[in-house]
Amino acid sequence: MTTSIDLSQATLRELNKRLHETEEGHFVVRNPRGAHAIAVGMTTPVTVDVEGSVGYFCAGMNMAGTVRVDGNAGTGLAENIMSGLVRITGNATMSAGATGHGGLVVIEGNAGARCGISMKGVDIVVGGSVGHMSAFMAQAGNLVVLGDADRDLGDSIYEAEVFVRGKVASLGSDCVEKEMTPPHLDTLSRLLEAAALPAGTMSAEPSDFRLYGSARELYNFHVDDVDAAAAAKGRP
Amino acid sequence: MSPQAWHHRESYTFDRNVIAEIRRAANTGIYRIRGWGAKRELPTFDDLVFLGASMSRYPLEGYREACATDLVIGEGRAERPVRLAIPITIAGMSFGSLSAQAKEALGRGATAAGTSTTTGDGGMTAEERGHSETLVCQYLPSRYGMNPDDLRRADAIEVVVGQGAKPGGGGMLMGQKINERVAEMRTLPEGIDQRSACRHPDWTGPDDLMIKIIELREIVDWQVPIYVKVGAARPYYDACLAIKAGADAIVVDGMQGGTAATQDVFIEHVGIPTIAAVPESVRALKELGVHREVKLIAAGGIRSGADVAKAIALGADAVSLGTAALIAIGDNDPALDEQYRELGSAAGFWEDFQAGNDPAGITTQEPELASRLDPELAGRRLANYLQVLTLELQTLARANGKSHVHNLEPEDLAALTVEAAAMARVPLAGTEWIPGSP
Repeated sequence: MTTSIDLSQATLRELNKRLHETEEGHFVVRNPRGAHAIAVGMTTPVTVDVEGSVGYFCAGMNMAGTVRVDGNAGTGLAENIMSGLVRITGNATMSAGATGHGGLVVIEGNAGARCGISMKGVDIVVGGSVGHMSAFMAQAGNLVVLGDADRDLGDSIYEAEVFVRGKVASLGSDCVEKEMTPPHLDTLSRLLEAAALPAGTMSAEPSDFRLYGSARELYNFHVDDVDAAAAAKGRP
Repeated sequence: MSPQAWHHRESYTFDRNVIAEIRRAANTGIYRIRGWGAKRELPTFDDLVFLGASMSRYPLEGYREACATDLVIGEGRAERPVRLAIPITIAGMSFGSLSAQAKEALGRGATAAGTSTTTGDGGMTAEERGHSETLVCQYLPSRYGMNPDDLRRADAIEVVVGQGAKPGGGGMLMGQKINERVAEMRTLPEGIDQRSACRHPDWTGPDDLMIKIIELREIVDWQVPIYVKVGAARPYYDACLAIKAGADAIVVDGMQGGTAATQDVFIEHVGIPTIAAVPESVRALKELGVHREVKLIAAGGIRSGADVAKAIALGADAVSLGTAALIAIGDNDPALDEQYRELGSAAGFWEDFQAGNDPAGITTQEPELASRLDPELAGRRLANYLQVLTLELQTLARANGKSHVHNLEPEDLAALTVEAAAMARVPLAGTEWIPGSP
């Protein structure tokens, strides 16, 4: 059964309260008008279709829910997502999927700066391009970009993996291109399939992508010990 | 002066500590990273005194007349406001920087005293939640272990913008403390030298913070209060912006505030002292008409009931303790002096919280070391210490004729130095002079 909630009539609190109290089902959110914090903190396998663009933090900290936005999203789409699926048909602003611990975020259009910043296990698939410093300090999970990546991709990256089909303007500190192995290709195939991008972009083949990850040279501070070297030379 | 003395004349500019640091830097090529807070001499609450009662102010009897100490945070906005029996809380310190036993001890002590304890950069542990009746969950830039279920389990959420030891710096945790459990909670490889982000990943500035606070409130269904913690940098502006963003409480952490691991240059040279930060925060609260409504929690170098009373008299609603709480549960215990000496330090001086080899079992993840701390006994020590602070606070409040500690006011204070008078905006003792006032 589908329940329709019109945000020109209902408040944000009424919407989120209703979603938090529901175990399963389908909701349609009408007239989102760029409202912030739509469908945040969900904990159940409820599906929410948002008819229009949303503001900041849509589907923030989602667990188990499915949130589909027919439009664009503001800053922090699906931030700290734990599980479930968040999909938007348009573009996402900054910090999409930030710190996500799990689940899948699909952005059919482009994503702005810092897409996947500090990601901790989430998978993010972007049909278009991503802005600068995407995957900054990314710890775990996969960022798949069908278009280009702007400068400083993967700066200070940890164990997350970044797949880019187009051009990379520049890599950030400690981010390097890595060899694509069969397990990587499997991961990529699985994510492209799960993302189910609309026709036109679906032609992407895993072999079209390049893989980027951490050189692991910033993992530990470099500490010299001249005293020990001096002792070895018999000098004070 | 004997001629020999000239051969042992220490330079004020290049004293032994300075020479040792230059030699250390030359040997290693890495900046000094350490725990604790600022160690140099700074203006403190010791530079203020209470005036007590006199012809115009009547004292209350110490043992007979009530002097209330309770505090409610978030009333009117949160479904479940935080209710504290005393205005002294335990500051955020992470599992990772501290052992699970130490976190449990802090929870036990705070709970026995009727106050709150706080998580840290690294997520909430079951031990900590289980032993803390009132637990504040920090929301930090790194979002290590950030789980919405933990937010819903918390009694308040503290959005951390900065801390007094390093306003503008992110957390640090050296590899020797990143064992399997800590690494898993933070989604990091074991043994790396972890440097947390210094800015939140999904918001910048006060307008974004306002939206972030709405998001957090929506996620927890408006159940619990939201605090905003800032390092004492520009406290007037920071407090104004935190109020505008919708905080229920502002935590202002002065430069004496401690840390588990930070660059020494950051600890000693960034931020302003607590005595200077409190009046500036109060000015913002008063100008916006929310003083005593939006709560102010002062932190950084709070040691005694006198410090608590002075912070409150200047307009804070509560204080928060970190370093003092660690000392209460056993940090720098003289009984461990020999073991501190084996580490190249001594009881009373040890500051290497980053090293992970704490003989007291507090700032370590080594199971053998951590098991030395008995959480039950350590919790009792903390509860006793908090009780003493409370009794001292009430003693001073009664001496100034106050039936609730929150009735203490700047008019009850005088300054012993011109600097303290200028910073705290109370008259220099024996005068009516407040530097900078018309």
